[in-house]
Amino acid sequence: MAFASKSPWVIHYDGSSCNGCDIEVLATLCPGFDGERFGVINTGNPKHADIFLVTGSINEQNIEVVRQIYDQMVEPKVVVACGICACTGGIFHDCYNVLGGVDKAIPVDVYAPGCAVRPEALIDAIVKGIAVLDEKSAALEKKKKEGVA
Amino acid sequence: MSKATIIPFGPQHPVLPEPLHLDLVVEDETVVEAIPQIGFVHRGLEKLVETRDYNQFIYVAERICGICAFGHSLGYAETVESLMGVEVPKRAEYLRVIWHELSRVHSHLLWLGLAADAFGFESLFMHCWRLRERILDIFEKTTGGRVILSVVSVGGVNRDINASQMDEIIHTLEGIEHDYHEIMQVMLNDGSVKNRTVGVGYISHESALDLCMVGPFARASNVAYDVRMFGHGGYGELSDFQPLCATEGDCYARVKVRCEEVLQSIAIIKEMAAKIPAGDIAVPVKGSPAAGAEAANVLEQPRGECYYYARGNGTKYLDRMRMRTPTSQNLAGMVSVLEGCDLADVNMIILTIDPCISCTER
Repeated sequence: MAFASKSPWVIHYDGSSCNGCDIEVLATLCPGFDGERFGVINTGNPKHADIFLVTGSINEQNIEVVRQIYDQMVEPKVVVACGICACTGGIFHDCYNVLGGVDKAIPVDVYAPGCAVRPEALIDAIVKGIAVLDEKSAALEKKKKEGVA
Repeated sequence: MSKATIIPFGPQHPVLPEPLHLDLVVEDETVVEAIPQIGFVHRGLEKLVETRDYNQFIYVAERICGICAFGHSLGYAETVESLMGVEVPKRAEYLRVIWHELSRVHSHLLWLGLAADAFGFESLFMHCWRLRERILDIFEKTTGGRVILSVVSVGGVNRDINASQMDEIIHTLEGIEHDYHEIMQVMLNDGSVKNRTVGVGYISHESALDLCMVGPFARASNVAYDVRMFGHGGYGELSDFQPLCATEGDCYARVKVRCEEVLQSIAIIKEMAAKIPAGDIAVPVKGSPAAGAEAANVLEQPRGECYYYARGNGTKYLDRMRMRTPTSQNLAGMVSVLEGCDLADVNMIILTIDPCISCTER
């Protein structure tokens, strides 16, 4: 991808992470790593967001919250699993209240492993997410045209 | 009399990096009741002691919370050491204090940033986090990790800090201190900041005692209680330690206490670095905790007193591991402060107790 076709706005939700990945998500957007140079803005509103950053694993209590936020987001949308807990459950995989990674609740497009996930890995995941976003929006356009014809 | 309305707050909310749900019962613009609902982050990791031995569990304990990660691994290691009667070398105790105080500086800077974000001062948030990055650089140079340090082991620490690294830490801290005074000036003296903090969310000294509040939240209501003053571990070597208190009991006082604690921690690190003794950094630990042996331990985390309890069963697995974390102590205080406050101040009040939900729910 030679250029980013879109400034992706992100929404962050902490599943049942230990905070380590959450503060790395915020640190990514702060001056040290300056994720904002890719046009990334952290928004609190799911309807404004293109990329959904989920940290931590899924449990009985938060599975509905994650699904609701995902459903409120407008197509095309990309989900990034940030950190190993969001990918697979990580060190807590055999805890009694952990169902597993985020893919147990919603479809995940990009996995960014690490404990805690490094900001460089997150930036890479977001940039990959922009490419997925492009593919999805092209597919949507195609579907729309076919529908008209 | 207007009709009461319920406004849901969280679990996904821009001001909170963590999920906490509150049902705010409001009449006009005043909160009459706040009903907290927790459990979004519960993993059940205390039960993991049954399947992880006491050396492995240190890495689980560290992941109770990513902000006070070092503190939890330290508190757990100290508990197991007292359970097994292990004597930790002096140098390891000094190194533990240095890393623990660095964690406190990073935690408070993180909090100051989030507080600035809560009252809408975005650039101040960015400046706090820019300073915090330099502490994380120290962590990365000395331990290899930015957030999860994995440097404590039962019986000591895994890594040493050599003399040239120590000089670099002190040099970096002096730079941070210089820049930090500017941030502190804005936090404590800027008119627009004071408008949001002075007189907001007052809690009296008596209520603070009644509700068993701990940490900076209690110290801002003039409760002079800080576990560090008991001189546990390396803290016994400090020439002087006084808990920092404020008398006002409002949001401003909580900001002030944490602002000053950053400078106090930097002074502690400098003192420890100047008189750190040479020697081993760990002792080999053999055997298992005896059946029925019990140990308790307290540690001052950035958010307040954290209590640890462990019981052995004669094997390398512990029978029980229990923590009582500062935020669970402070939730009752938070709910009582929220009652009667302005709806617009809810963000600020929740933030000033510095909630750490993943500690609370584990």
